[in-house]
Amino acid sequence: MILRRVLIQILLVLLCVGFLAPILIVVVLSFSGEGYMRFPPESFSLRWYERFMGDHRWRSALLNSVMIAAMTCIAATFIGFLAAYAMVRGGFKGKGPLTALLLAPLIVPHVVTAIGVYYLSARFGLVGSRPWIATSHAVVAFPVVLVILRAALVNVDPNLERAAMICGCDRWGVFRRVVLPLALPAVISAALFSFLTSFDELMISLFLAGVRAETLPVRIWHSLLLEVEPTIAAVSTVLIGVTVLALITDWAVRRLRGVPIR
Amino acid sequence: MPLGHLGAFLLLLPALLLMALVFLIPIGWFVIGALSELGGLAEIWEEAVAVLGSRAIIGAILNTNWIAFLVTCLTLLIGYPVAYALSRAKGLVFTLILVCILLPYFTSVIVRTYAWMVLLGRNGLINQALLGLGIIEAPLQLMYNRAGVLIGMTYVLLPYMVLTLYSAMKAVDPRLLQAAEGMGASPLRVFFKVFMPLTLHGVIAGGLIVFILGIGFFITPALMGGPSDIMIAMLIEREIELLLNWPVAALMTLVLLAVTLSLYAVYHRVSARAPGLAP
Repeated sequence: MILRRVLIQILLVLLCVGFLAPILIVVVLSFSGEGYMRFPPESFSLRWYERFMGDHRWRSALLNSVMIAAMTCIAATFIGFLAAYAMVRGGFKGKGPLTALLLAPLIVPHVVTAIGVYYLSARFGLVGSRPWIATSHAVVAFPVVLVILRAALVNVDPNLERAAMICGCDRWGVFRRVVLPLALPAVISAALFSFLTSFDELMISLFLAGVRAETLPVRIWHSLLLEVEPTIAAVSTVLIGVTVLALITDWAVRRLRGVPIR
Repeated sequence: MPLGHLGAFLLLLPALLLMALVFLIPIGWFVIGALSELGGLAEIWEEAVAVLGSRAIIGAILNTNWIAFLVTCLTLLIGYPVAYALSRAKGLVFTLILVCILLPYFTSVIVRTYAWMVLLGRNGLINQALLGLGIIEAPLQLMYNRAGVLIGMTYVLLPYMVLTLYSAMKAVDPRLLQAAEGMGASPLRVFFKVFMPLTLHGVIAGGLIVFILGIGFFITPALMGGPSDIMIAMLIEREIELLLNWPVAALMTLVLLAVTLSLYAVYHRVSARAPGLAP
């Protein structure tokens, strides 16, 4: 009995190491002082980060990624909030099929979405336009927002909204003073995850970026096709850092507000 | 406050516009526009028969399904115990396992693929370690072949399987297991006769999700696969980027889309009926 429990625990530790190890190894390698991949590195330095920040193509990729993700995040969160509220409070038929439609961009292979959008963009000269790339990212970030906000809004008691109305609040007042404060942690986490979705998106950017609006994942993609160089470890670490930061912020917001973790 | 029909419609309007503008219209326009380059329906049919009957494409379709199937089996094999442990764990252990799953889950696919390229490459860390320990004489070919694709895709898709299985397992009433134990069933019997059947819908849902995402995969097989590991998504991309052959790309897109959407419909039915699974 004890032996079995120990065996199960060892297995579990191994699996968890297997989950995290690839990512941790990339982070460690990015601080390596050597010219080629050796683990563990014999010396540590920031040279790969210097090379990353010193190269204007990598720098502009970082800037493009941040700007596009910010635009995506604002658009997807805003549109997603309205839709989630309508889905939770609206009494209409056909919610099931509508939900299936709105979540479809998560399921339909990104290659399909990317090529469809590319086909149109090429005709209207939109390839390389950052707002347009952000709009296209918004369609894949939107389902993520919808799922998070719908779950949060279901827990907002409609009686609170009724009470506010009876006390003389108009619709906008109810929204601003009741719904938004109660849903705020979820709105923040929806914003974070839509930002991440766009920041990490590769397939759509690959087709739409052109030369003008290369994002970090697209730059990594082109580099990887040529060779596996340590600069990519530094860039990857930046992307991993953004993910970790988003997850910690999300956790902190939920904790501060006393919202149970999903 | 309940919304009227008009109110609900107005709130949904931006979402519907977004869906139409960068999802439905572009995909529809692309498929119809690209196919109409061929001419009428008769010509499209002829081309479809020719394209779908060609060796390269049948090969890619079989390949895609086979790889997605193998990845589904691998994620199930690894994911089931992990999800089980997660559903039983409490406090710190629960948080630790969750972090181990969520951190990779939210990390960019390209970064996760790169991580495995660093590990599996000819001069990669695994080969370095094995050579250093004297277990092998020459570096093993771990990447740019089927093994590389399977490892990379399994790693990327595993969190989907674990999280789906977890929500199914969480919904199992522990009193049922206790009852079975109270009646004298051995732990193994409880597991196989009670727990497994109760989580079967989670296995089906998780399997469907991983398979659906697997057949549309592009990044990992393109970077880690060999010349014979062509998948449909890569073929579509190649037809457009290299050959500018829009009609053929549209035909293959249609096939991929049809398979994906029909499996999604099945998934929707499974998850709508099952407790604990969000649609």
